[in-house]
Amino acid sequence: MPSGLELLSLTPPGWGGVLLAGLAASLQLAVGGYLLGLVIGVGGAFGKLYGGPILRDVLEVYTTLIRAVPELVLILLLYYAGTDAVNQLFLLVGLPAVDISGLAAGIFVIGVVQGAYSTEVLRGAIMAVPPGQIEAARAYGMSPLLALRRVTLPAMLPYAIPGLANLWLIATKDTALLAVVGFSELTLVTRQAAGATKAYMTFFLAAGVLYLFVTLVSNIVIGFIERHARRGMPRTV
Amino acid sequence: MSEETSTLPVYLPPKARSLFEPHRLFLMAVFAVIIFCAVWFMRWDWLPDYGPRLAYGVWQTLVLLFWTSVIGFLLALPIGLVQVTGPKPLAWLARIFCTIIRGTPLLLQLWLLYYGLGSLFSQYPEIRSSFLWPTLRQAWPYGFTALMISFAAYEGEVMRGAFAGVPRGELEAARAFGMGRFTMFRRIWLPRAIHRALPTLAGETVLQLKSTPLVATITVIDVYAVISRVRQDTFLTYEPLLLLALIYLCLTGILVAGFRFLESRIPTRGA
Repeated sequence: MPSGLELLSLTPPGWGGVLLAGLAASLQLAVGGYLLGLVIGVGGAFGKLYGGPILRDVLEVYTTLIRAVPELVLILLLYYAGTDAVNQLFLLVGLPAVDISGLAAGIFVIGVVQGAYSTEVLRGAIMAVPPGQIEAARAYGMSPLLALRRVTLPAMLPYAIPGLANLWLIATKDTALLAVVGFSELTLVTRQAAGATKAYMTFFLAAGVLYLFVTLVSNIVIGFIERHARRGMPRTV
Repeated sequence: MSEETSTLPVYLPPKARSLFEPHRLFLMAVFAVIIFCAVWFMRWDWLPDYGPRLAYGVWQTLVLLFWTSVIGFLLALPIGLVQVTGPKPLAWLARIFCTIIRGTPLLLQLWLLYYGLGSLFSQYPEIRSSFLWPTLRQAWPYGFTALMISFAAYEGEVMRGAFAGVPRGELEAARAFGMGRFTMFRRIWLPRAIHRALPTLAGETVLQLKSTPLVATITVIDVYAVISRVRQDTFLTYEPLLLLALIYLCLTGILVAGFRFLESRIPTRGA
């Protein structure tokens, strides 16, 4: 039986390459889902703040539902429902059913879940922007979109970054849940590698180190971004 | 000046307004139609057969949630405390523990404990022949431990902030009254810290509830596992999952209401 380090080597007798491929898949999912969630979040936050009464209520239902139901259940529901819905749609317009890639479905699922959380984070951040700044932009005759791009989004960033950073860390960890629907990301390939070699401890610890590495690197990068976004603001503490 | 400040519409959260505005009634009608369609067009005939098992599953989920939260919280107290006042090595240990647990997915920790530790235990005949083996051979101790450790790490971080946030003057007043360190901790520091942490504690407990279905992946029976069983037996995809989502929605609602009641029972000055 090969020792721990041989099992983790990058070339085929070892499983290191497989683990790294799993990590790459996890990161793709996390980045894609996070960005999709951010887009939903910006739309949702503005809808909640400035939208009509129906839009506000619908968004409230969306964020409440998503945040009250376990991610695992949502992932199962959306994973099947999402792929089903696309195929039904294709059937309706007369196209043949397609096999939706696990990656696309996974990004969709993570994005919808993250969207609910980032809606709340961004709503709070926009509300923290002094209203005078937005009024000033309007007084200059900026269109709503221009004011959004030039004033609201940059001004709310320092308030939003702690929450958004937290969401990114949650996104990287939520990708592990897709192991349950059989998507080959880091946690699932780790389990397969461990099952094939019976070296459970080695592989799960190695995967833990990889996840931890992602978290620690993220923390460093977040620190840089936060300092950059906070430039020109009065220093607290 | 006063007119200028009132030009922007003030945001009112939807809950602050009446439930019976016209658009609300319209939305409620839409939801009623959706629910009616779900009940009418989907298959629910399996429900009576699995009723008792579902109730058992919900009960197991609640038991798991309650005990992992309580024990996890008790572990979180020292973890938070040593990071504020403890000796440096202990504070470092607590920090490293929190970073590791919070930096890796719970599913991975769960599988590490169940498959990794489980396979390690079974290699030693001393453990196999000990009185603990009948317990260690089952899945639930591993699920319980993973959930408990996870709650302790997340809540430890919260308690660190709560302990650090208690105003120094209150602690100094306690010292001035001649309280010993332990009395001061028991009478002033701990209650004030818990009071400060209560809103976050509610959120963490909801997160813990949402983590409990993960234990079903290592064959522990909870409500999620029962629903998975239903899906395997009946080949239905959506109906059991929708029911499961509804069950969790209700549990979350009850939990949030319970914590709100608890918070309202504690008298606060000012706010």
